[in-house]
Amino acid sequence: MSVRVGHAAEAPSFPQAAEKLVRNTQLRRNVRHATNVIRRKRARVVEELPDWEELREAGHAIKQHTLRHLDFYLEEFERKCTEAGGCVHWARDADEANRIIVDLVRAHDEKEVIKVKTMTSDETALNESLAAAGITPFETDLADLIVQLGEDRPSHIVVPALHRNKMEIRQIFLEKMKLENLGDRPEDLTAAARKYLREKFLNVRTGITGANFAIAETGSVVVVESEGNGRMCITLPRVLICLVGIEKIIPRFEDLEVFLQLLPRSATGERMNPYNSIWTGVAPGDGPEEFHVVLLDNGRTNVLRDEEARETLDCIRCGACLNACPVYRQTGGHAYGSVYGGPIGAILTPQLQSMRHSQSLPYASSLCGACYEVCPVKINIPEVLIHLRAKAVEQGYEPWQERAAMKAAAFALASGTRLEVAQKLARVMQLPFEHEGRLDHLPGMLAGWTAFRDLDAIPKQSFREWWAERE
Amino acid sequence: MSSAKEEILARIRANGEKDSREAEYDGIARNYRQTGTLSKDERIALLADRLHDYGCAVHRCPEAEIATCVGDVLRGRGKTHLLITPEIPADWLPNDCELLADSGLGYDELDRADGVLTRCALAIAATGTIVLRHAPDTGRRALTLVPDYHLCIVFESQMVELVPEAMQQMRAYGRAPLTTISGPSATSDIEMTRIQGVHGPRTLDIIFVK
Repeated sequence: MSVRVGHAAEAPSFPQAAEKLVRNTQLRRNVRHATNVIRRKRARVVEELPDWEELREAGHAIKQHTLRHLDFYLEEFERKCTEAGGCVHWARDADEANRIIVDLVRAHDEKEVIKVKTMTSDETALNESLAAAGITPFETDLADLIVQLGEDRPSHIVVPALHRNKMEIRQIFLEKMKLENLGDRPEDLTAAARKYLREKFLNVRTGITGANFAIAETGSVVVVESEGNGRMCITLPRVLICLVGIEKIIPRFEDLEVFLQLLPRSATGERMNPYNSIWTGVAPGDGPEEFHVVLLDNGRTNVLRDEEARETLDCIRCGACLNACPVYRQTGGHAYGSVYGGPIGAILTPQLQSMRHSQSLPYASSLCGACYEVCPVKINIPEVLIHLRAKAVEQGYEPWQERAAMKAAAFALASGTRLEVAQKLARVMQLPFEHEGRLDHLPGMLAGWTAFRDLDAIPKQSFREWWAERE
Repeated sequence: MSSAKEEILARIRANGEKDSREAEYDGIARNYRQTGTLSKDERIALLADRLHDYGCAVHRCPEAEIATCVGDVLRGRGKTHLLITPEIPADWLPNDCELLADSGLGYDELDRADGVLTRCALAIAATGTIVLRHAPDTGRRALTLVPDYHLCIVFESQMVELVPEAMQQMRAYGRAPLTTISGPSATSDIEMTRIQGVHGPRTLDIIFVK
């Protein structure tokens, strides 16, 4: 099995990528504006629910329960979906999933597919596999279309093109849609996308989608969306293929009542998103004649095995933690080197890859806890981050200087006498760097800190010294 | 070589420890609101408020005057060529409008229609949501999707207050595909500016019937 998460294994480390991105002031302005708007809207609609905390508790409990019995619920889903005329496939990793999907499209001799936004297919890099097989995928979510036409990468789980402003989008559309005139208002750009995709919706015979939820009890699949591109792709084609991460299963139909309240308010700050589609297998005379579900592992069972970090799989991909994160808000999503950015990406990406890549991601956080506070299913992201940092260190992901400093600190802090000696030593050593009680240019690794802020110098007298003198 | 399914299930089962699944499921605390507390009038007002918020026009009429109301709304929108679902009774239909029942029309024909007139299965006041249940008598999904305009008739008796109340009813619909609609299609993908009308119907009008 070879787990792949987009191009995360080849991505530069977070600090390397972030250093370049934070210098892009246009990008930072775009990200800040977008995240501010969603945060404001989210706060308003969350506040009006008196039972928000109870919904979060229930969401967390349902997900944790499902993960404990995932084998049962997956098999139940397969049975119910098959009974309703669907066909269920299992994929151990990204390559296997892509191979299954490419083979299905080829079996019908199709050259084009229409796609609903699915982060899972970005994870498996499905579009690249389709293209290599001579099949053209058309992304139909507006933001995904902007990303695809702009030969770009998604930077947010819910609003993948939030790093682009309207002028940049206009330029991409003019060029790629081969238009002569195009206004720069969001209305004009949206109308252009509608026109561009309409013909594809009505004529392409294979649709590919992800799923927000898959219900074990009924074998139903749920897609949550806003634009109607989702409904187009799951209703109009003759063949529908649905790529579903195994953690998207929920036990019963009634569990939707929790998640359909949590997700839209957290994701886009709406009381309900414009469209939810819930369907079960094949409905005669309505929609696709052939329906396939591909259940994808791709490292999820690795995450499942670690009890302290398992709750990572509770995630319903609302993106609230990205919008709340002071680190994400400075760097945007590309710094995370993965299709999953922000706090959830920082814990999900390295775990899917068994901590073999992306070890810098658990450090891409100030541990302020804003992500935990807004998470609709109460994933304790800061705690998981710390747990993963420990794992990274165990694997040797730690500069030797840091390890030496930690050893030295442990030695010095183990006794009062040693601490006093260390303090006296430090007072002498800091002299060349001290200006008016502040350290403003430390050497070596510490320079990273003082490049952006001063550090208070170690005072002339410690508390213990002052206490001793006083008596 | 074992199959992908066997391998994935084996990896999950390697985690061991299983309590009784059903007892554990039943033990999940659901302390959120399951039933609404609003009076009928408050519920209706809340639904109208939510729908306005999404940019829908809400009209009201008694049952005996549905045809007149439908006619007025369609004239106001300049719609003359409308699709209808089989369950729409003839006495709801105005005379001055060309109405076409869906008999397996092609997508191009759906695309050429001015709009579609349907009923709904139920409506949720708290979220301004219309629930469509797609069966032979209520119309297939493409019917309310491809045309650019949707006029939906909602009876006051079909309105519930909360999402869990709606789910209780929806469970009973079995394998029929379900679509929930909360306002016209929309996007905020460009600079977070909400634009109404992307691929689904760009206009959604609602008639509340007493």
